[in-house]
Amino acid sequence: MSRVLRSAAGRWLPLAILVGLWEVGARLRRDPFYPPPSKIVGHMHDLWFSGPATHAFLTRTATDNLLPSLARLAVALFASALIGVVLGLALGRSERVRAYLDPILQFCRAIPPPTLVPVFIVFLKIGTQMQIVSIIFSALWPMLLNTANGARSVDQLQLATAEVFRLSPFERVWRIILPASMPQIFAGLRIALSLSLILMVFSELLPGTENGIGFELTDAYSRSDLPTMWAAIVLLGILGYLFNLFLLTVERRVLAWHRSARKVAQ
Amino acid sequence: MTVQSGRSRRLTRSGRWLRGAVGIAVLFAVSEAVTRAGIVDRSYLPPASSIIGRAAELAGDSAFLGQVRHTMTAWAMGMGIALAIAVPLGLILGTVPVISTASRAIVEFLRPIPSVALIPLVELLLGSGYETEVTLVVYASVWPILFNTIYGLQDVDPVAKDTLYAFGFRKVEVIGRVSLPSAAPFIATGIRLAAAVALIVSIGSEIISGFGSGLGIFIGQAQNTIDGTRDVLAGTVWAGCLGLLINALLQLAENRLLGWERSRTEAAS
Repeated sequence: MSRVLRSAAGRWLPLAILVGLWEVGARLRRDPFYPPPSKIVGHMHDLWFSGPATHAFLTRTATDNLLPSLARLAVALFASALIGVVLGLALGRSERVRAYLDPILQFCRAIPPPTLVPVFIVFLKIGTQMQIVSIIFSALWPMLLNTANGARSVDQLQLATAEVFRLSPFERVWRIILPASMPQIFAGLRIALSLSLILMVFSELLPGTENGIGFELTDAYSRSDLPTMWAAIVLLGILGYLFNLFLLTVERRVLAWHRSARKVAQ
Repeated sequence: MTVQSGRSRRLTRSGRWLRGAVGIAVLFAVSEAVTRAGIVDRSYLPPASSIIGRAAELAGDSAFLGQVRHTMTAWAMGMGIALAIAVPLGLILGTVPVISTASRAIVEFLRPIPSVALIPLVELLLGSGYETEVTLVVYASVWPILFNTIYGLQDVDPVAKDTLYAFGFRKVEVIGRVSLPSAAPFIATGIRLAAAVALIVSIGSEIISGFGSGLGIFIGQAQNTIDGTRDVLAGTVWAGCLGLLINALLQLAENRLLGWERSRTEAAS
Protein backbone atom coordinates (compact mmCIF):
# COMPACT_ATOMS: atom_id res chain seq x y z
CA MET A 1 0.00 0.00 0.00
CA SER A 2 2.72 2.43 0.99
CA ARG A 3 4.56 1.52 -2.18
CA VAL A 4 1.53 2.44 -4.23
CA LEU A 5 1.31 5.73 -2.36
CA ARG A 6 5.02 6.40 -2.84
CA SER A 7 4.89 5.76 -6.56
CA ALA A 8 1.81 7.97 -6.87
CA ALA A 9 3.66 10.67 -4.95
CA GLY A 10 6.71 10.28 -7.17
CA ARG A 11 4.45 10.61 -10.16
CA TRP A 12 2.35 13.58 -9.15
CA LEU A 13 4.63 15.49 -6.76
CA PRO A 14 6.76 17.11 -9.50
CA LEU A 15 3.60 18.29 -11.27
CA ALA A 16 2.33 19.69 -7.97
CA ILE A 17 5.65 21.47 -7.39
CA LEU A 18 5.57 22.93 -10.89
CA VAL A 19 2.01 24.15 -10.40
CA GLY A 20 3.05 25.59 -7.02
CA LEU A 21 5.93 27.51 -8.59
CA TRP A 22 3.61 28.84 -11.29
CA GLU A 23 1.17 29.93 -8.58
CA VAL A 24 3.84 31.86 -6.69
CA GLY A 25 5.35 33.34 -9.84
CA ALA A 26 1.99 34.43 -11.23
CA ARG A 27 0.96 36.00 -7.92
CA LEU A 28 4.21 37.94 -7.72
CA ARG A 29 4.07 39.19 -11.30
CA ARG A 30 0.34 39.94 -11.39
CA ASP A 31 0.40 39.69 -15.18
CA PRO A 32 -3.21 39.47 -16.38
CA PHE A 33 -2.05 37.30 -19.31
CA TYR A 34 -0.78 34.57 -16.97
CA PRO A 35 -3.33 34.02 -14.20
CA PRO A 36 -2.28 31.79 -11.26
CA PRO A 37 -3.48 28.14 -11.40
CA SER A 38 -5.75 28.60 -8.36
CA LYS A 39 -7.60 31.30 -10.25
CA ILE A 40 -7.88 29.12 -13.36
CA VAL A 41 -9.24 26.19 -11.36
CA GLY A 42 -11.66 28.46 -9.54
CA HIS A 43 -12.77 29.85 -12.85
CA MET A 44 -13.23 26.34 -14.27
CA HIS A 45 -15.44 25.55 -11.30
CA ASP A 46 -17.55 28.69 -11.69
CA LEU A 47 -17.77 28.29 -15.43
CA TRP A 48 -18.66 24.64 -15.79
CA PHE A 49 -18.94 22.69 -12.55
CA SER A 50 -21.01 24.81 -10.17
CA GLY A 51 -24.38 23.70 -11.52
CA PRO A 52 -27.25 22.04 -9.65
CA ALA A 53 -26.86 18.47 -8.39
CA THR A 54 -29.68 17.35 -10.68
CA HIS A 55 -27.47 18.20 -13.67
CA ALA A 56 -24.45 16.36 -12.25
CA PHE A 57 -23.17 19.79 -11.10
CA LEU A 58 -22.78 20.96 -14.69
CA THR A 59 -23.70 24.54 -15.48
CA ARG A 60 -25.63 25.67 -18.55
CA THR A 61 -22.36 26.75 -20.19
CA ALA A 62 -21.02 23.24 -19.66
CA THR A 63 -24.04 21.43 -21.08
CA ASP A 64 -24.21 23.89 -23.97
CA ASN A 65 -20.53 23.71 -24.93
CA LEU A 66 -18.68 20.75 -23.44
CA LEU A 67 -21.27 18.08 -24.17
CA PRO A 68 -21.75 18.92 -27.88
CA SER A 69 -17.96 18.87 -28.37
CA LEU A 70 -17.59 15.53 -26.65
CA ALA A 71 -20.58 14.06 -28.47
CA ARG A 72 -19.16 15.08 -31.86
CA LEU A 73 -15.76 13.67 -30.93
CA ALA A 74 -17.28 10.38 -29.78
CA VAL A 75 -19.51 9.94 -32.83
CA ALA A 76 -16.73 10.80 -35.27
CA LEU A 77 -14.11 8.62 -33.58
CA PHE A 78 -16.48 5.68 -33.39
CA ALA A 79 -17.43 6.06 -37.06
CA SER A 80 -13.78 6.37 -38.13
CA ALA A 81 -12.77 3.34 -36.10
CA LEU A 82 -15.62 1.24 -37.46
CA ILE A 83 -15.15 2.22 -41.12
CA GLY A 84 -11.37 2.16 -40.82
CA VAL A 85 -11.20 -1.30 -39.27
CA VAL A 86 -13.74 -2.90 -41.64
CA LEU A 87 -12.21 -1.42 -44.80
CA GLY A 88 -8.69 -1.85 -43.45
CA LEU A 89 -9.17 -5.57 -42.86
CA ALA A 90 -10.51 -6.00 -46.39
CA LEU A 91 -7.69 -3.93 -47.83
CA GLY A 92 -5.06 -5.76 -45.83
CA ARG A 93 -6.18 -9.14 -47.10
CA SER A 94 -6.25 -8.32 -50.80
CA GLU A 95 -2.96 -7.20 -52.28
CA ARG A 96 -4.66 -6.34 -55.55
CA VAL A 97 -7.31 -4.03 -54.11
CA ARG A 98 -4.61 -2.42 -52.02
CA ALA A 99 -2.48 -1.80 -55.11
CA TYR A 100 -5.39 0.01 -56.78
CA LEU A 101 -6.21 2.23 -53.81
CA ASP A 102 -2.88 2.80 -52.09
CA PRO A 103 -1.81 6.04 -53.86
CA ILE A 104 -5.22 7.61 -53.29
CA LEU A 105 -5.26 6.64 -49.61
CA GLN A 106 -1.70 7.83 -49.05
CA PHE A 107 -2.61 11.15 -50.63
CA CYS A 108 -5.73 11.49 -48.48
CA ARG A 109 -3.67 10.85 -45.37
CA ALA A 110 -1.07 13.41 -46.45
CA ILE A 111 -3.65 16.20 -46.83
CA PRO A 112 -3.67 18.36 -43.70
CA PRO A 113 -7.38 18.04 -42.76
CA PRO A 114 -7.93 21.78 -42.00
CA THR A 115 -7.50 22.57 -45.72
CA LEU A 116 -10.65 20.60 -46.54
CA VAL A 117 -12.77 22.14 -43.81
CA PRO A 118 -13.77 25.09 -46.08
CA VAL A 119 -15.03 22.54 -48.63
CA PHE A 120 -17.05 20.73 -45.98
CA ILE A 121 -18.54 24.07 -44.98
CA VAL A 122 -19.71 24.63 -48.58
CA PHE A 123 -21.35 21.21 -48.67
CA LEU A 124 -22.79 20.96 -45.19
CA LYS A 125 -22.94 24.55 -43.84
CA ILE A 126 -21.33 25.35 -40.50
CA GLY A 127 -22.63 23.05 -37.84
CA THR A 128 -22.49 19.61 -36.29
CA GLN A 129 -22.52 17.62 -39.54
CA MET A 130 -19.61 19.51 -41.01
CA GLN A 131 -17.71 19.23 -37.73
CA ILE A 132 -18.22 15.47 -37.53
CA VAL A 133 -17.15 15.00 -41.15
CA SER A 134 -14.03 17.09 -40.52
CA ILE A 135 -13.05 14.95 -37.53
CA ILE A 136 -13.72 11.75 -39.48
CA PHE A 137 -11.51 12.95 -42.33
CA SER A 138 -8.62 13.35 -39.88
CA ALA A 139 -9.11 10.08 -38.01
CA LEU A 140 -10.17 7.69 -40.77
CA TRP A 141 -6.88 7.40 -42.71
CA PRO A 142 -4.58 6.42 -39.84
CA MET A 143 -7.21 3.88 -38.71
CA LEU A 144 -7.62 2.43 -42.19
CA LEU A 145 -3.96 2.27 -43.17
CA ASN A 146 -2.80 0.93 -39.81
CA THR A 147 -5.46 -1.78 -39.81
CA ALA A 148 -4.50 -2.74 -43.36
CA ASN A 149 -0.86 -2.99 -42.28
CA GLY A 150 -1.83 -5.19 -39.37
CA ALA A 151 -4.08 -7.45 -41.45
CA ARG A 152 -1.28 -7.85 -43.98
CA SER A 153 1.14 -9.29 -41.49
CA VAL A 154 -0.99 -12.18 -40.25
CA ASP A 155 0.96 -15.36 -39.63
CA GLN A 156 0.64 -17.58 -42.73
CA LEU A 157 0.75 -20.73 -40.63
CA GLN A 158 -2.30 -19.63 -38.64
CA LEU A 159 -4.21 -18.98 -41.86
CA ALA A 160 -3.23 -22.38 -43.20
CA THR A 161 -4.44 -23.94 -39.96
CA ALA A 162 -7.73 -22.11 -40.34
CA GLU A 163 -8.04 -23.56 -43.82
CA VAL A 164 -7.43 -27.05 -42.52
CA PHE A 165 -10.13 -26.63 -39.89
CA ARG A 166 -12.49 -25.22 -42.54
CA LEU A 167 -13.18 -22.00 -40.70
CA SER A 168 -15.76 -19.85 -42.46
CA PRO A 169 -14.50 -16.53 -43.86
CA PHE A 170 -16.25 -14.67 -41.04
CA GLU A 171 -14.65 -16.90 -38.41
CA ARG A 172 -11.27 -16.48 -40.04
CA VAL A 173 -11.55 -12.69 -39.79
CA TRP A 174 -13.00 -12.75 -36.28
CA ARG A 175 -10.69 -15.35 -34.74
CA ILE A 176 -7.41 -14.84 -36.56
CA ILE A 177 -7.06 -11.72 -38.68
CA LEU A 178 -8.72 -9.21 -36.33
CA PRO A 179 -6.84 -10.36 -33.19
CA ALA A 180 -3.54 -10.38 -35.08
CA SER A 181 -4.17 -6.82 -36.28
CA MET A 182 -4.99 -5.49 -32.80
CA PRO A 183 -1.59 -3.94 -31.95
CA GLN A 184 -1.64 -1.95 -35.19
CA ILE A 185 -5.30 -1.01 -34.72
CA PHE A 186 -4.50 0.46 -31.31
CA ALA A 187 -1.50 2.31 -32.69
CA GLY A 188 -3.88 3.78 -35.29
CA LEU A 189 -6.42 4.67 -32.59
CA ARG A 190 -3.84 6.63 -30.63
CA ILE A 191 -2.92 8.71 -33.68
CA ALA A 192 -6.61 9.10 -34.61
CA LEU A 193 -7.44 10.31 -31.10
CA SER A 194 -4.86 13.09 -31.07
CA LEU A 195 -5.76 14.19 -34.61
CA SER A 196 -9.47 14.23 -33.87
CA LEU A 197 -8.92 16.36 -30.76
CA ILE A 198 -7.12 18.86 -33.02
CA LEU A 199 -9.94 18.83 -35.58
CA MET A 200 -12.63 18.98 -32.90
CA VAL A 201 -11.22 22.27 -31.65
CA PHE A 202 -10.30 23.54 -35.11
CA SER A 203 -13.79 23.03 -36.53
CA GLU A 204 -15.23 24.98 -33.59
CA LEU A 205 -12.83 27.89 -33.84
CA LEU A 206 -14.23 28.96 -37.21
CA PRO A 207 -16.43 32.05 -37.35
CA GLY A 208 -20.12 31.13 -37.38
CA THR A 209 -19.85 28.25 -34.90
CA GLU A 210 -22.52 28.23 -32.23
CA ASN A 211 -21.21 25.96 -29.50
CA GLY A 212 -18.33 23.81 -28.31
CA ILE A 213 -15.10 24.18 -26.37
CA GLY A 214 -13.49 25.85 -29.40
CA PHE A 215 -16.40 28.28 -29.56
CA GLU A 216 -15.83 29.20 -25.91
CA LEU A 217 -12.19 29.84 -26.78
CA THR A 218 -12.93 32.23 -29.67
CA ASP A 219 -15.70 33.84 -27.68
CA ALA A 220 -13.28 34.47 -24.81
CA TYR A 221 -10.67 35.71 -27.32
CA SER A 222 -13.05 38.31 -28.70
CA ARG A 223 -13.66 39.58 -25.15
CA SER A 224 -9.96 39.22 -24.14
CA ASP A 225 -11.23 37.00 -21.33
CA LEU A 226 -7.95 35.30 -20.42
CA PRO A 227 -9.13 33.21 -17.43
CA THR A 228 -11.70 31.47 -19.65
CA MET A 229 -9.10 30.81 -22.36
CA TRP A 230 -6.72 29.28 -19.83
CA ALA A 231 -9.56 27.29 -18.30
CA ALA A 232 -10.51 25.83 -21.70
CA ILE A 233 -6.90 24.88 -22.43
CA VAL A 234 -6.46 23.20 -19.05
CA LEU A 235 -9.76 21.40 -19.52
CA LEU A 236 -8.63 20.10 -22.91
CA GLY A 237 -5.40 18.85 -21.33
CA ILE A 238 -7.34 16.98 -18.64
CA LEU A 239 -9.80 15.53 -21.17
CA GLY A 240 -6.98 14.46 -23.49
CA TYR A 241 -5.16 12.85 -20.58
CA LEU A 242 -8.29 10.94 -19.53
CA PHE A 243 -9.00 9.75 -23.09
CA ASN A 244 -5.42 8.53 -23.45
CA LEU A 245 -5.63 6.78 -20.10
CA PHE A 246 -8.87 5.09 -21.13
CA LEU A 247 -7.41 3.98 -24.45
CA LEU A 248 -4.28 2.67 -22.74
CA THR A 249 -6.33 0.68 -20.23
CA VAL A 250 -8.43 -0.92 -22.95
CA GLU A 251 -5.32 -1.60 -25.00
CA ARG A 252 -3.55 -3.24 -22.10
CA ARG A 253 -6.52 -5.51 -21.48
CA VAL A 254 -6.99 -6.50 -25.09
CA LEU A 255 -3.33 -6.92 -25.88
CA ALA A 256 -2.51 -8.77 -22.66
CA TRP A 257 -4.85 -11.46 -23.86
CA HIS A 258 -3.35 -11.18 -27.31
CA ARG A 259 0.18 -11.55 -25.99
CA SER A 260 -0.61 -14.57 -23.85
CA ALA A 261 -2.37 -16.17 -26.81
CA ARG A 262 0.76 -15.56 -28.87
CA LYS A 263 2.91 -17.13 -26.22
CA VAL A 264 0.79 -20.28 -26.18
CA ALA A 265 0.90 -20.45 -29.96
CA GLN A 266 4.68 -20.34 -30.10
CA MET B 1 7.44 -24.53 -45.22
CA THR B 2 5.75 -21.92 -47.36
CA VAL B 3 2.03 -21.68 -47.40
CA GLN B 4 0.88 -19.91 -50.50
CA SER B 5 -1.93 -20.69 -52.84
CA GLY B 6 -1.58 -19.75 -56.51
CA ARG B 7 -4.09 -16.93 -56.14
CA SER B 8 -1.98 -14.87 -53.74
CA ARG B 9 1.02 -14.55 -56.03
CA ARG B 10 3.02 -11.42 -55.13
CA LEU B 11 2.55 -8.42 -57.37
CA THR B 12 5.60 -7.07 -59.10
CA ARG B 13 6.71 -3.51 -58.53
CA SER B 14 5.48 -2.36 -61.93
CA GLY B 15 2.21 -4.24 -61.36
CA ARG B 16 1.66 -2.21 -58.22
CA TRP B 17 2.49 1.06 -59.95
CA LEU B 18 0.20 0.28 -62.82
CA ARG B 19 -2.69 -0.57 -60.53
CA GLY B 20 -2.11 2.58 -58.51
CA ALA B 21 -2.24 4.64 -61.69
CA VAL B 22 -5.45 2.89 -62.75
CA GLY B 23 -6.98 3.65 -59.35
CA ILE B 24 -6.17 7.35 -59.67
CA ALA B 25 -7.46 7.44 -63.26
CA VAL B 26 -10.77 5.82 -62.26
CA LEU B 27 -11.26 8.28 -59.39
CA PHE B 28 -10.45 11.14 -61.73
CA ALA B 29 -12.91 9.91 -64.38
CA VAL B 30 -15.70 9.34 -61.85
CA SER B 31 -15.38 12.81 -60.32
CA GLU B 32 -15.22 14.30 -63.81
CA ALA B 33 -18.36 12.45 -64.90
CA VAL B 34 -20.30 13.26 -61.74
CA THR B 35 -19.72 17.00 -62.10
CA ARG B 36 -20.09 17.18 -65.90
CA ALA B 37 -23.37 15.27 -65.75
CA GLY B 38 -24.64 17.85 -63.28
CA ILE B 39 -25.20 15.39 -60.43
CA VAL B 40 -23.23 17.77 -58.19
CA ASP B 41 -23.34 21.53 -58.57
CA ARG B 42 -20.14 22.74 -60.24
CA SER B 43 -19.70 25.58 -57.80
CA TYR B 44 -19.83 23.01 -55.00
CA LEU B 45 -17.46 20.51 -56.53
CA PRO B 46 -15.66 21.53 -59.72
CA PRO B 47 -14.57 18.75 -62.11
CA ALA B 48 -11.24 17.11 -61.29
CA SER B 49 -9.66 18.37 -64.51
CA SER B 50 -10.35 21.98 -63.60
CA ILE B 51 -8.94 21.50 -60.07
CA ILE B 52 -5.76 19.88 -61.37
CA GLY B 53 -5.51 22.54 -64.09
CA ARG B 54 -5.80 25.28 -61.49
CA ALA B 55 -3.21 23.59 -59.26
CA ALA B 56 -0.80 23.42 -62.20
CA GLU B 57 -1.50 27.07 -63.03
CA LEU B 58 -0.67 28.03 -59.44
CA ALA B 59 2.77 26.46 -59.83
CA GLY B 60 3.64 29.38 -62.12
CA ASP B 61 2.01 32.02 -59.92
CA SER B 62 4.74 33.79 -57.98
CA ALA B 63 2.31 35.26 -55.45
CA PHE B 64 1.01 31.78 -54.65
CA LEU B 65 4.52 30.35 -54.43
CA GLY B 66 5.32 33.12 -51.95
CA GLN B 67 2.41 31.94 -49.80
CA VAL B 68 3.68 28.35 -49.95
CA ARG B 69 7.17 29.53 -49.06
CA HIS B 70 5.80 31.38 -46.02
CA THR B 71 4.08 28.25 -44.73
CA MET B 72 7.07 26.02 -45.38
CA THR B 73 9.45 28.46 -43.67
CA ALA B 74 7.28 28.54 -40.56
CA TRP B 75 7.06 24.74 -40.72
CA ALA B 76 10.81 24.28 -41.08
CA MET B 77 11.68 26.77 -38.33
CA GLY B 78 9.19 25.15 -35.97
CA MET B 79 10.44 21.65 -36.74
CA GLY B 80 14.06 22.73 -36.29
CA ILE B 81 13.41 24.30 -32.90
CA ALA B 82 11.28 21.32 -31.83
CA LEU B 83 14.09 18.91 -32.77
CA ALA B 84 16.67 20.98 -30.89
CA ILE B 85 14.46 20.90 -27.78
CA ALA B 86 12.91 17.44 -27.91
CA VAL B 87 15.84 15.15 -28.69
CA PRO B 88 18.24 16.41 -25.97
CA LEU B 89 15.38 16.67 -23.47
CA GLY B 90 14.24 13.16 -24.40
CA LEU B 91 17.79 11.89 -23.87
CA ILE B 92 17.86 13.35 -20.37
CA LEU B 93 14.36 12.21 -19.48
CA GLY B 94 14.94 8.77 -20.95
CA THR B 95 18.31 8.01 -19.37
CA VAL B 96 18.13 9.56 -15.90
CA PRO B 97 15.55 7.44 -14.04
CA VAL B 98 14.83 9.98 -11.29
CA ILE B 99 13.99 12.76 -13.72
CA SER B 100 12.16 10.33 -15.98
CA THR B 101 9.54 9.32 -13.38
CA ALA B 102 9.38 12.88 -12.08
CA SER B 103 8.62 14.40 -15.44
CA ARG B 104 6.18 11.78 -16.68
CA ALA B 105 3.05 13.35 -15.21
CA ILE B 106 3.95 16.75 -16.66
CA VAL B 107 4.54 15.30 -20.13
CA GLU B 108 1.39 13.17 -19.97
CA PHE B 109 -0.68 16.22 -19.14
CA LEU B 110 0.79 18.70 -21.61
CA ARG B 111 1.04 16.30 -24.55
CA PRO B 112 -2.68 15.79 -25.23
CA ILE B 113 -3.57 19.52 -25.29
CA PRO B 114 -4.49 19.97 -28.95
CA SER B 115 -2.13 22.61 -30.31
CA VAL B 116 -4.88 24.46 -32.19
CA ALA B 117 -6.53 25.23 -28.85
CA LEU B 118 -3.56 27.47 -28.16
CA ILE B 119 -4.14 29.57 -31.32
CA PRO B 120 -6.35 32.24 -29.65
CA LEU B 121 -4.14 32.53 -26.56
CA VAL B 122 -0.84 32.68 -28.46
CA GLU B 123 -2.34 35.19 -30.88
CA LEU B 124 -3.37 37.37 -27.99
CA LEU B 125 0.11 37.11 -26.47
CA LEU B 126 2.26 37.43 -29.59
CA GLY B 127 -0.01 38.96 -32.23
CA SER B 128 -0.53 37.14 -35.52
CA GLY B 129 2.51 36.48 -37.61
CA TYR B 130 5.56 34.27 -37.84
CA GLU B 131 6.16 34.19 -34.09
CA THR B 132 2.70 32.86 -33.35
CA GLU B 133 2.79 30.29 -36.12
CA VAL B 134 6.26 29.02 -35.26
CA THR B 135 5.42 28.84 -31.54
CA LEU B 136 2.37 26.72 -32.30
CA VAL B 137 4.32 24.45 -34.65
CA VAL B 138 7.01 23.97 -32.00
CA TYR B 139 4.43 23.08 -29.36
CA ALA B 140 2.73 20.59 -31.66
CA SER B 141 5.88 18.85 -32.86
CA VAL B 142 7.84 18.66 -29.60
CA TRP B 143 5.59 15.99 -28.09
CA PRO B 144 5.77 13.23 -30.72
CA ILE B 145 9.57 13.56 -30.92
CA LEU B 146 10.03 13.78 -27.15
CA PHE B 147 7.68 10.89 -26.47
CA ASN B 148 9.27 8.60 -29.06
CA THR B 149 12.79 9.47 -27.87
CA ILE B 150 11.93 8.52 -24.29
CA TYR B 151 10.07 5.43 -25.47
CA GLY B 152 12.95 4.36 -27.71
CA LEU B 153 15.50 4.77 -24.92
CA GLN B 154 13.47 2.54 -22.62
CA ASP B 155 13.57 -0.19 -25.23
CA VAL B 156 17.36 -0.41 -25.40
CA ASP B 157 18.75 -3.93 -24.99
CA PRO B 158 20.11 -4.04 -21.40
CA VAL B 159 22.62 -6.74 -22.28
CA ALA B 160 24.30 -4.46 -24.82
CA LYS B 161 24.51 -1.67 -22.27
CA ASP B 162 25.84 -3.94 -19.52
CA THR B 163 28.45 -5.32 -21.90
CA LEU B 164 29.83 -1.85 -22.53
CA TYR B 165 29.71 -1.01 -18.82
CA ALA B 166 31.66 -4.22 -18.15
CA PHE B 167 34.31 -3.06 -20.58
CA GLY B 168 34.63 0.14 -18.58
CA PHE B 169 32.81 2.59 -20.83
CA ARG B 170 31.35 5.61 -19.13
CA LYS B 171 27.65 6.41 -19.10
CA VAL B 172 27.92 9.14 -21.75
CA GLU B 173 29.79 6.78 -24.06
CA VAL B 174 27.22 4.04 -23.55
CA ILE B 175 24.45 6.48 -24.46
CA GLY B 176 26.31 7.54 -27.60
CA ARG B 177 27.26 4.03 -28.70
CA VAL B 178 24.25 1.95 -27.72
CA SER B 179 21.24 3.91 -26.49
CA LEU B 180 21.07 6.60 -29.14
CA PRO B 181 21.63 4.32 -32.16
CA SER B 182 19.08 1.81 -30.97
CA ALA B 183 16.54 4.55 -30.17
CA ALA B 184 17.15 6.25 -33.53
CA PRO B 185 14.39 4.42 -35.45
CA PHE B 186 11.85 5.43 -32.81
CA ILE B 187 13.06 9.02 -32.92
CA ALA B 188 12.74 8.96 -36.72
CA THR B 189 9.14 7.76 -36.42
CA GLY B 190 8.48 10.58 -33.95
CA ILE B 191 9.92 13.09 -36.40
CA ARG B 192 7.66 11.84 -39.19
CA LEU B 193 4.57 12.08 -36.95
CA ALA B 194 5.65 15.55 -35.85
CA ALA B 195 6.21 16.69 -39.44
CA ALA B 196 2.62 15.82 -40.35
CA VAL B 197 1.13 17.49 -37.27
CA ALA B 198 3.34 20.55 -37.82
CA LEU B 199 1.92 20.98 -41.33
CA ILE B 200 -1.62 20.65 -39.96
CA VAL B 201 -0.96 23.29 -37.31
CA SER B 202 0.84 25.77 -39.56
CA ILE B 203 -1.86 25.70 -42.24
CA GLY B 204 -4.65 25.46 -39.65
CA SER B 205 -3.42 28.48 -37.70
CA GLU B 206 -3.24 30.48 -40.94
CA ILE B 207 -6.83 29.58 -41.82
CA ILE B 208 -8.01 30.64 -38.35
CA SER B 209 -6.02 33.88 -38.10
CA GLY B 210 -7.39 35.00 -41.50
CA PHE B 211 -4.79 37.57 -42.46
CA GLY B 212 -1.05 37.63 -43.18
CA SER B 213 0.31 35.18 -45.71
CA GLY B 214 0.65 31.44 -46.20
CA LEU B 215 -1.04 28.53 -47.93
CA GLY B 216 -3.75 28.55 -45.25
CA ILE B 217 -4.44 32.22 -45.96
CA PHE B 218 -4.79 31.43 -49.68
CA ILE B 219 -7.32 28.71 -48.86
CA GLY B 220 -9.14 30.77 -46.24
CA GLN B 221 -9.53 33.73 -48.59
CA ALA B 222 -10.54 31.59 -51.57
CA GLN B 223 -13.34 30.19 -49.42
CA ASN B 224 -14.97 33.63 -49.26
CA THR B 225 -15.08 34.26 -53.00
CA ILE B 226 -17.68 33.06 -55.49
CA ASP B 227 -16.65 29.78 -57.12
CA GLY B 228 -13.79 29.72 -54.63
CA THR B 229 -14.09 25.97 -54.06
CA ARG B 230 -11.87 25.38 -57.09
CA ASP B 231 -9.09 27.42 -55.49
CA VAL B 232 -9.63 25.78 -52.10
CA LEU B 233 -9.32 22.33 -53.68
CA ALA B 234 -6.33 23.33 -55.81
CA GLY B 235 -4.70 24.57 -52.60
CA THR B 236 -5.62 21.28 -50.94
CA VAL B 237 -3.93 19.36 -53.76
CA TRP B 238 -0.81 21.42 -53.09
CA ALA B 239 -1.02 20.81 -49.35
CA GLY B 240 -1.41 17.08 -49.95
CA CYS B 241 1.58 17.05 -52.30
CA LEU B 242 3.67 18.93 -49.73
CA GLY B 243 2.63 16.38 -47.10
CA LEU B 244 3.58 13.49 -49.40
CA LEU B 245 6.88 15.12 -50.33
CA ILE B 246 7.86 15.77 -46.72
CA ASN B 247 6.99 12.22 -45.75
CA ALA B 248 8.87 10.75 -48.72
CA LEU B 249 12.00 12.81 -48.01
CA LEU B 250 11.98 11.88 -44.33
CA GLN B 251 11.43 8.22 -45.21
CA LEU B 252 14.31 8.37 -47.68
CA ALA B 253 16.61 9.95 -45.11
CA GLU B 254 15.52 7.38 -42.57
CA ASN B 255 16.24 4.47 -44.92
CA ARG B 256 19.62 5.90 -45.82
CA LEU B 257 20.67 6.55 -42.25
CA LEU B 258 18.99 3.66 -40.51
CA GLY B 259 18.54 1.04 -43.21
CA TRP B 260 19.90 -1.55 -40.84
CA GLU B 261 16.98 -1.30 -38.46
CA ARG B 262 13.96 -0.74 -40.65
CA SER B 263 12.02 -3.69 -39.36
CA ARG B 264 11.93 -2.23 -35.87
CA THR B 265 10.58 1.11 -37.02
CA GLU B 266 7.76 -0.60 -38.85
CA ALA B 267 6.70 -2.23 -35.61
CA ALA B 268 6.62 1.07 -33.75
CA SER B 269 4.91 3.28 -36.26
